Amino acid sequence: MSELLKITDLNVEFVTRRGTIKAAQDINLTVAPGEVLGLVGESGAGKSTIGNAIVDLLEHPGRVAGGSIMFQGEEIRGRTEAEMRSIRGDRIGMIFQDPQTALNPLMTIGDQLVETIIKTRGYDQKRAVECAIELLEGVGIDNADLRLKAYPHQFSGGMRQRVVIALALAGKPDLVIADEPTTALDVSIQAQILDLIKQLCEERQLGVIIVTHDIGVIASIATRVAVMYRGKIVETGKVAQILGDPQHEYTKALISAVPRADKKYHRFEAVDYIEGGASRKPIDIATHWLGKARHQSEDETPAVSVKNLDLSFTLQNALLKKNRKMLRAVNDVNFDIKPGETFGIVGESGSGKSTIARLISGLYTPDHGEISIQGQSVLGNQRDPQVKQARRKLQMIFQDPYSSLNSRMNVMNIVAEPIRFYKLTSSEAETRQIVGDLLDHVGLGAAVANRYPHEFSGGQRQRISIARALATRPQILICDEPTSALDVSIQAQILNLLKDLQEDLGLTMLFISHDLPVIRQTCDRIAVMRSGQICELAETEELFNNPQHEYSKHLLGLMPKLDLLG
Amino acid sequence: MTNLSSSETPSRFARFMDSDVLHSFLRSPSAMIAAFITLIFILAALFAPLIAPYNPFDPAQISLWDGKLPPSFAGGDDRYLLGTDNQGRDMLSTILYGGRLSIIVGLAAVFLGMLMGVTLGIISGYLGGTFDAIIMRIADVQLTIPGILLAILINGIGRAFLPVDVRDEFAIYVVIIAIGLSDWPQFARITRGATLVEANKEYVASARVIGLPSWLIMVRHLLPNVLRPVLVLATLGLATAIISEATLSFLGQGIPPTTPSLGTLIRVGNEFLFSGLWWITLFPAIALVILVFSVNLFGDWLRDALNPKLR
Repeated sequence: MSELLKITDLNVEFVTRRGTIKAAQDINLTVAPGEVLGLVGESGAGKSTIGNAIVDLLEHPGRVAGGSIMFQGEEIRGRTEAEMRSIRGDRIGMIFQDPQTALNPLMTIGDQLVETIIKTRGYDQKRAVECAIELLEGVGIDNADLRLKAYPHQFSGGMRQRVVIALALAGKPDLVIADEPTTALDVSIQAQILDLIKQLCEERQLGVIIVTHDIGVIASIATRVAVMYRGKIVETGKVAQILGDPQHEYTKALISAVPRADKKYHRFEAVDYIEGGASRKPIDIATHWLGKARHQSEDETPAVSVKNLDLSFTLQNALLKKNRKMLRAVNDVNFDIKPGETFGIVGESGSGKSTIARLISGLYTPDHGEISIQGQSVLGNQRDPQVKQARRKLQMIFQDPYSSLNSRMNVMNIVAEPIRFYKLTSSEAETRQIVGDLLDHVGLGAAVANRYPHEFSGGQRQRISIARALATRPQILICDEPTSALDVSIQAQILNLLKDLQEDLGLTMLFISHDLPVIRQTCDRIAVMRSGQICELAETEELFNNPQHEYSKHLLGLMPKLDLLG
Repeated sequence: MTNLSSSETPSRFARFMDSDVLHSFLRSPSAMIAAFITLIFILAALFAPLIAPYNPFDPAQISLWDGKLPPSFAGGDDRYLLGTDNQGRDMLSTILYGGRLSIIVGLAAVFLGMLMGVTLGIISGYLGGTFDAIIMRIADVQLTIPGILLAILINGIGRAFLPVDVRDEFAIYVVIIAIGLSDWPQFARITRGATLVEANKEYVASARVIGLPSWLIMVRHLLPNVLRPVLVLATLGLATAIISEATLSFLGQGIPPTTPSLGTLIRVGNEFLFSGLWWITLFPAIALVILVFSVNLFGDWLRDALNPKLR
């Protein structure tokens, strides 16, 4: 028996009152012992559904509509809940995305492990404790005997995920299903966890199914990969073959949309397969309303200038000043953004990069320092007409497309709001005309104006956000992680759109991201931030080819390697 | 994924007909029955002058000779289905008119409390700082006093300021203000909480970057997004307000016996309970219980339907 798991013609459907959704259709998969199978696809492709269907954990109203799931030569479909429970514990282990919620915060690590071991292996208390220590050591946790008494909150995210892996191994499973096991973790920890899974897989001859959206994860761990698109597997094969020489159109588009860190190209090509929309209509800037407010100044006044910027957040307030705990989110930051350039800020979470965006856009007020937009200082009296005028030249695009649009307003009202508020047009008819043009311009088409935000996908919402930002005719656009909540192919489309807009409208951009490859593809100059300070500021090519600061070198070293890609 | 090519937009009505809320309503028998009964009460209240066999406020139609007659099915007069009270008024008519008064007072009081609470709650939640601290501490202090005691207090003060000859005439307004004022802290709290959540979302940040003034952000962006929990509280609050009015009236602090509400009727009937005239107090009490029970059931369903996470 060479196959550990063999899925044939599996169909999963969700029956809703609006019709039946086929989440997975005609799925055929095999996993051999000691093999890591990567299941890759974008959100909604049905990859998690397959993982859940195998262990019978489909959420209501999902159900398996047909096909068979053979595990170690026996059919495990249609088992009773009690039988499935013992299969889940003893023979199939699960690793979930968020180690934060996968552990019970009120129980010590030891209690959770021991409980699981006693249940699955039937050991007595003493032997179970020994076994728990062994497991923790096996997943690379030092001082395991002392750690047993610790609670989950005393562990870091990566450590917690190690504990979750130990829990999954407690029943000595033969198959482990890992659903986005590293998505919630920082890059440096992601590499360690993937190494651990791979090593365990080889040592114990486990079969592993890794469900992920991240091609980088697949490239670094999987032996074989299945690519999913809209509920179907479009391509299966060895990793090197799929990534190096993809056959299916979707796989090609998906791989070409992954931003590369090693070379810069002008646009992402061949990404239109994924989400078709109305095609973008270019606008003649010289005559159109959008172009009217601009006067391309040739002088070298920086578009945005930031000097000695400081901001502290109060972590813990107290009556006495010395007892207050402060966090210096931004610490003596200086930079100038030249007109027309894309200036990038990169750093890990908590480095203060988003805080800078919010300071410049006026959402936060700095403790010290100076911010000016095209030479006009914008701190001080916010009612000053000159300050207001300067602020209107700047707009912002936010990270989360699901919360950045008011769900109670339709697209027309969302995009028209700034135009109406500043009375930028002479009549309501003109406003409607311009909103239509803007929607055309971002590739949505004027017809969507009467729809509500919940009818759109993440990428489409981000386009609406961009149209809204353009409605004040800004000259400077701040993009705060505009694509980090999006699938990689949608990300490529949005980045293409931003690039086109910049060329058409001559926008200056401040682009903030944690993602080095994305930054490399979009920015002219880059500032690397760490704990509120800029540690290196350089031209993009210079930074990537010859980083000066230790931290920049460290960050560049963590980038996922995509050598397998052709 | 949305199909962008079709330009048809469903109308508001079509969207409502297709909404999950309506779907859940049609699948919940208790909600439908509760809504049906509440609707009957509201219709009866609206059309009381048309439905009621007599006008209990018209002295010409009242005869003391007909006083204290038992219900027609319990050996009373055929003209009076539910009997008459001590003044000879038809019980069915007084209950219809009384229910009308109770519902009006309840709705108006809830509206007052909601208006005040939502306004203060949104401002507190969005602006924060000193205003927030002061308003929420006042709300905290007020919540330590039982609502009905506070309503009695406000009601008493209100009456004391009115000249004796117009007291009865304005009693209903005083009761509405008393119940409304005792109700606002709950609305303020729930609105403030929802506002804190919503204000952190990026659409509010985006509105600020566009340069919209605070009042516009509160009215156009925050208000529509915090109304869901308020709507639930208002429905459940309606039941409480009707009970509060009945309690005030029962204690003799509310609506005067000349224009009786359900609470007043129960109080009047209570005096005759031990003389065996059970119908004077029983029928208004049953009406009150059914009304409050259905409003509460409807409110419970609404809470579940609008907040799927609670289920």
